[in-house]
Amino acid sequence: MELFGQTVICGILLGGMYSLIAIGMTLIMGVMKIINLAHGALVMVGMYVTYLCFTYLGIDPYIGMFIAMPVLFFIGCLIQKYMINRLVEVESILPENQVLLTVGIMLVLTEGIRVFFKSDYRSVITTYSSNTVFVGDMSINVAMLIGFFFAMLFTSLLHLFLTKTDLGKSIRATSQDRDAAVYMGVNSSKITMITFGIGSALAAAGGSLLLPLFYLFPDIGHLFTAKAFIITILGGMGSTMGAAIGGMILGIAESLGATYISMGYKDVVGLVIFILVLLFLPGGFRSLVKR
Amino acid sequence: MTKRNLLMTIAFILVAVLIPVFIKAPYQMHILILVIIWAIIGTSWNLLGGYAGQVSFGHAAFFGVGAYAAGLLTFHYGISPWWGMLLGPVAAAVVSLPIGVICFRLRGPYFALAMLALGEIFRIVFLNIEAVTNGAKGILIMPEITSKMIYYYIALGALGLTLAVTYLIVNSKIGYYLVSIREDQDAATSLGIPTTLYKNLALIPSAFFTGLAGAFYTNYVAFIDPNIVFNLTNVSVMVILVVMLGGVATTWGPTVGAGIYILLGEVFRTTLGSANVLIFGVLVCVIILFVPNGIVGELSMLKQLVSRRKASVSGGI
Repeated sequence: MELFGQTVICGILLGGMYSLIAIGMTLIMGVMKIINLAHGALVMVGMYVTYLCFTYLGIDPYIGMFIAMPVLFFIGCLIQKYMINRLVEVESILPENQVLLTVGIMLVLTEGIRVFFKSDYRSVITTYSSNTVFVGDMSINVAMLIGFFFAMLFTSLLHLFLTKTDLGKSIRATSQDRDAAVYMGVNSSKITMITFGIGSALAAAGGSLLLPLFYLFPDIGHLFTAKAFIITILGGMGSTMGAAIGGMILGIAESLGATYISMGYKDVVGLVIFILVLLFLPGGFRSLVKR
Repeated sequence: MTKRNLLMTIAFILVAVLIPVFIKAPYQMHILILVIIWAIIGTSWNLLGGYAGQVSFGHAAFFGVGAYAAGLLTFHYGISPWWGMLLGPVAAAVVSLPIGVICFRLRGPYFALAMLALGEIFRIVFLNIEAVTNGAKGILIMPEITSKMIYYYIALGALGLTLAVTYLIVNSKIGYYLVSIREDQDAATSLGIPTTLYKNLALIPSAFFTGLAGAFYTNYVAFIDPNIVFNLTNVSVMVILVVMLGGVATTWGPTVGAGIYILLGEVFRTTLGSANVLIFGVLVCVIILFVPNGIVGELSMLKQLVSRRKASVSGGI
């Protein structure tokens, strides 16, 4: 029973942090209607920024996060403004061109980082990264707990931002109907730029929270892209709360899979759920709630 | 086929057949063989992704199944992997049947994502069923033929077969149905085209020839492991880039794309060192922003006649 409890709690905590990354992706997907395969690479770049702050300036990862977020916001804005917004004007046979563009961006980011940092595995070891707290017989990692807390904080802040502020409302309007939003005086190219920026900043935040728990290397981005996708589809595209719940479901499914099936098949569990949801529940778990 | 096209095709075949007479160095032959392998995969991907518009991010699954069909024959039964050239494509085509049934319920980006997930599932499963596949240790075979020239002609034959079959399919009624599905699936359905059936009719040959390339790869390289043949970036995404560069929905596009891609890759690798993939990524972005329909595709928009000549000539290099 303790094993089960621990597995589930670990899954929820990890899933909460994954969902922060996924919320960034779902925001971008919802507004721009594009599949962003570079998202994991953005997470990875964010992690490297936090890592640099930690190694060279001695800044704690949870504070370095607030440096990584504006940096990634800026990078995201640039990508949107000079690459993705431009692509909308290009005529082509296949609409999937934008997916490939994000693949190209992913390659550039990953390999750019590799040129500077090599493929070495790096890690951030803080005084508290191996501390645990005990609840009954179950041990919980402190870094996971703090990360989960921050993830939930950011999720609620983003939710408030999207529902209460003018800018947030413009973002939602653009995601619902771009043309109508333009008629209402929303500057859609500015909105898409800011959205991509926010999405990237959230990716950086999620990455920084996971930094004390993971090894860091340039290819780690692929892992996060895959997870963010699964969560986005699970939660329903463009839904913040859906992504938060989807993240936890994926987290639980993966830790249960790792504990009870095998470590090697951990990722298959997530992918199978992904295909099943795509097929049988195309609106994600959000559509279940609405019914 | 017009007379002009026919002449170009014959010229292409002659050039391709005569190349080994002039180029004998093993390294150059190796590059040419790689170009042909990618041209086969690209041409088969193009049938599904270019003509039918079903962009697959999971062609590594078919490539890997083809490769493993050949590898496992030798590994378990000691049968020559050349028999895999027969079994591999068939195995890939059989695997594609359930995949088509599942994934063609989805459209556009969702189809792309489902294929991506399937490709990854294949990789992870093949890594984990060690009893059957030898896991990450991979399969090493002892090639019976060492002369590159023989491999070159076998690969060339496979490419010729792929191009011919694709050409026949595209210029038959099926080809027109496929293009109509790409342009507007709802309109195609309303005209009475059974879209799912025809998408499957594009997927099966596409998987078949990708499997053929996989089986040949096993024979040629003589070592496979799941992280190589089921690789997302280096197989599934790379084939899309090859086709995009050469020309989506064109006969010669994938071959031209493969040629330029592999050659550029080699040039970058030798001149830029560790930064080669970085430059590659920049190149990908530039191509998509400025020549979104590929070299062959964009040229034909400007000048149809000139483009055909160039496509055929550069296809032979």
